[in-house]
Amino acid sequence: MNAVLVAVLVIPALGALASVVIRSDRAGRVAGTVAAALSLVAAALLAVDRAPATGDRLSPWHQVDVAWVPAVQLRFHVGVDGVSYPLVVLTALLTLLCCLYSLWQVPGERNGRQLVALLLVVEVGIVGVFLALDLILFFVFFELVLLPMYAIIAGWGGPERRAAARKFVLYTLFGSVILLVGLLVVVTGANTADLVTLTESSTLGANAQRVAFVLLAVGFAVKSPLWPLHTWLPDAHTEAPTVGSVILAGVLLKMGTYGLLRIGVGVAPDGARWASPVLAGLAVAAILVGGLVCLAQTELKRLIAYSSVGHMGFVLLGIATLTTTGFQAALIGNLAHGVITGLLFFLAGAIKDRAHTGDLGQLGGLRETAPVLAGLLGFAAIASLGLPGLAGFWGEAFAVVAAVQRGWPVAAVLAALGGALAAAYFLRLLRRATHGPAAPAVVGLSPLHRFELAAWAPLVLLAIALGLVPALALTPSAHPVRGLTAVTHAD
Amino acid sequence: MRIDHVALLPGYAAATTAVLVLVLDLLFPGRRGVVLAGAAVGAAATAALAFGLALSGDEARFAFCGSACSFTVDGRAAALMGVFALVTLGVLGLSATTRAPMGEHCFLLACSMTGGVVLAGAADLITLIVALETLTLPLYVLVGLRRTLVSADAAVTFLVVSVVATAVSLLGAGLLYASTGAVHFGQMNAAAKDPSLRPLAVVGCVLLLGGLGFKVAAVPLHAWAPPTYDGAPLPVAAYLSTASKLGGVVALVYVSVEAVPFEHDVAVAALVVLALLTMTVGNLVALRQRRMVRLLAWSSIAQAGYILAALAVPDGGATALTYAVFFVALELAAFAAVVALRTPAPVEADARVLVPAGGAPAVPAAPARAPQVIDDGGTLADYAGAARGAPWRSAALVLALAGLAGLPPGIAGLFAKVAVVRSLVDSDATWLAVIVALNAVVGLAYYVRAGAGLFAPAEPGTPVRWPRPHWTIAVTTALIALVALAIGFAPQIVFDAAAAR
Repeated sequence: MNAVLVAVLVIPALGALASVVIRSDRAGRVAGTVAAALSLVAAALLAVDRAPATGDRLSPWHQVDVAWVPAVQLRFHVGVDGVSYPLVVLTALLTLLCCLYSLWQVPGERNGRQLVALLLVVEVGIVGVFLALDLILFFVFFELVLLPMYAIIAGWGGPERRAAARKFVLYTLFGSVILLVGLLVVVTGANTADLVTLTESSTLGANAQRVAFVLLAVGFAVKSPLWPLHTWLPDAHTEAPTVGSVILAGVLLKMGTYGLLRIGVGVAPDGARWASPVLAGLAVAAILVGGLVCLAQTELKRLIAYSSVGHMGFVLLGIATLTTTGFQAALIGNLAHGVITGLLFFLAGAIKDRAHTGDLGQLGGLRETAPVLAGLLGFAAIASLGLPGLAGFWGEAFAVVAAVQRGWPVAAVLAALGGALAAAYFLRLLRRATHGPAAPAVVGLSPLHRFELAAWAPLVLLAIALGLVPALALTPSAHPVRGLTAVTHAD
Repeated sequence: MRIDHVALLPGYAAATTAVLVLVLDLLFPGRRGVVLAGAAVGAAATAALAFGLALSGDEARFAFCGSACSFTVDGRAAALMGVFALVTLGVLGLSATTRAPMGEHCFLLACSMTGGVVLAGAADLITLIVALETLTLPLYVLVGLRRTLVSADAAVTFLVVSVVATAVSLLGAGLLYASTGAVHFGQMNAAAKDPSLRPLAVVGCVLLLGGLGFKVAAVPLHAWAPPTYDGAPLPVAAYLSTASKLGGVVALVYVSVEAVPFEHDVAVAALVVLALLTMTVGNLVALRQRRMVRLLAWSSIAQAGYILAALAVPDGGATALTYAVFFVALELAAFAAVVALRTPAPVEADARVLVPAGGAPAVPAAPARAPQVIDDGGTLADYAGAARGAPWRSAALVLALAGLAGLPPGIAGLFAKVAVVRSLVDSDATWLAVIVALNAVVGLAYYVRAGAGLFAPAEPGTPVRWPRPHWTIAVTTALIALVALAIGFAPQIVFDAAAAR
């Protein structure tokens, strides 16, 4: 099974190479899509034949550990466990869907095989981040995502793409260099970069843990993003092409929350406990600010982008509580946000491609002219606002519950209020976009293409499945989460 | 006097190369290819001998030994000799279309290489400074060889600043000699210190480090670099920013780590100040640059700042050299790509496909303008359309720029940054590590701009396919880019070599 672990990383890389080298645009896109499909299969196979869990510590189902650069204590140590597995599968799935979508349509008819190649490189980076069990290796993969994502936004994005891409790349590099210093504080303090060893027994002093956690938290907060470090996100999401927005919102942001949970909390638990009230305060602020800003948005993609700030606020609140409930809420909130916001961005892209505007003032009456599209948008919006029975509910509800458990009733009340704001702005969105008389912009829209439906169907199904059976995501992560709470002692 | 001639083999080979080039130029006047090939063979032989030495024995070899030895070749020194020779080889490969007399060009490069090779083995202050001058002296002429006003200007600027810096270094070395009574690194360190002479040693140490800072273009001794790089022929600019800079780093490492550790506090203070100024000023000014070579020049100033920061911590010598080697590989790759993009092989003014005003490529246009003579780096806007017209060369440039910014796919640059930040954090200089890290963000801003310029749409009326470079330039660029990529995946080789004693 260890070969599969490597294959999850190697297949997309080879696919990217193939789609660049092949001269024909069409064949290049197909080659990339095939690679994305194969890597999804490989990712799914990781759940087979798991190694039994041992003790409280991080115990990967499968792992590969090879020395790479001893001088900086870098080992090629990758492994998968219950926390990373769902995210790896989600990444592979969204990449495949984006490749499928790109088979059919590429913005501005610009070179499609290059877009597919970049998507696959981004996949390598994100999956690598989720699999890495070595801090330096984690950082290498973390950085790998940066330039390809920049290129996707700058090359295939909307009219303001260059400025947005620049802002994205500089802002997130700022986060990752701070992260690097934090990681190296840990590595030099503990004299190992191995995540399994580091989470097993913390040899870091209290002071080093605080310094390390603050640096790590700032680094991950930029990526997640956490208010007030979120300002890169609306521009990047709005200007990115549809597939770029889907990957950005769907999985790229999860690198931040995953890193905070696995590395921030796992390696510096005392630092995490010390800083958790501040983190929770910022998370609640993000929920409220995100909600309020959304209420004032008039642009479709921008509204969805800001809604991400609020949703990721719930995830961060869950992590900040340092309780079992909170961690579980964060993990399922991550997945739900990836599925639902991915779907929302696909739909927003479809609407903007057809109506040539994302301005809510010019949309309206979509229900009349494109009932299927309007129905899907309604479904995604309701899932996103956290209707019980759909995926969005569990993460947000239990983040609030966890805040109460932790003894932060004010935070819980404010976060719940933020949830209500989400309901308000999504219903406003639906009222403006789908109801009312048909606006001129939405008359005569082309019907949905089968590639679009193929790309959306898995997300719709997942949103329902995760809503009805949250155990799908919670069961595999139960053991690793127990291991994390054992070190934070906050329960 | 004991002389181990094996230790001197790379030096002999380098000097022989220079002589060989002179003879070839005499025997085959006007045959640029022959001279270039001779020089390349000589540089390759030098590199082979040096790496052979590095791999052969565990024990250091010594030459010119009296009470102490003036020339020491351990694993690290031999590897550095090899790097100097390889860089020279790369620059020779890029020189095929340079508008300069080939005999002189190759001869001077070989002389400069000899200086670099000897510098790597230097074990006393006099050998060090003489070798460093041998490395630098031919460059004054090389910069001016293009025989244009700009390049003459550049040569004079370089000469004047350099002479002052050399004088300062010599004064510093003299004061150190006066205060310790020794010039050999080991003896200087061991010499009995007379407290009354300490002020002399402090001043000597600061002057020597400051003078050497000129070679790496450390702020405030940096102002010569941008006009000199921009005025010099492109391959010479490549050499200046790689071999010459590496020479400065080697000298700084030898002096600060081996010669004056007894004045450690003074050296650290001087280096921290230099490092902070250098990286910050270099990065901020680079943001404003519109010309490719000037941008690379300012960025290489900023990179020198990171190297100086690494030197400021204990045991930072190995890290500084590691960073310098990664930097040299990536910088040379960047310059190679620029050369390949900017100096086309002479082509007939044939009917070429032009980009019409509409945008998409179309039918062959009327006979194109006669190919413009371009042999400088040009502005960033001149590279518009390169990604489409010359994808492989653009890929090499993007790889190099990403590496210089410390990002994948240029993983070598990432490891270089990690090594520096790590050694700073390890020595409890976390604040300096944060400043280095933030500087890297500023750096990315201009590297991204330079890289994105390649993908900008081409101006109407320019050829869709960029003219091919001379084949030696194409091959050299490909090889250098591959090396820069490969050492990213096997960086341990560089780490080991820099730490080998």
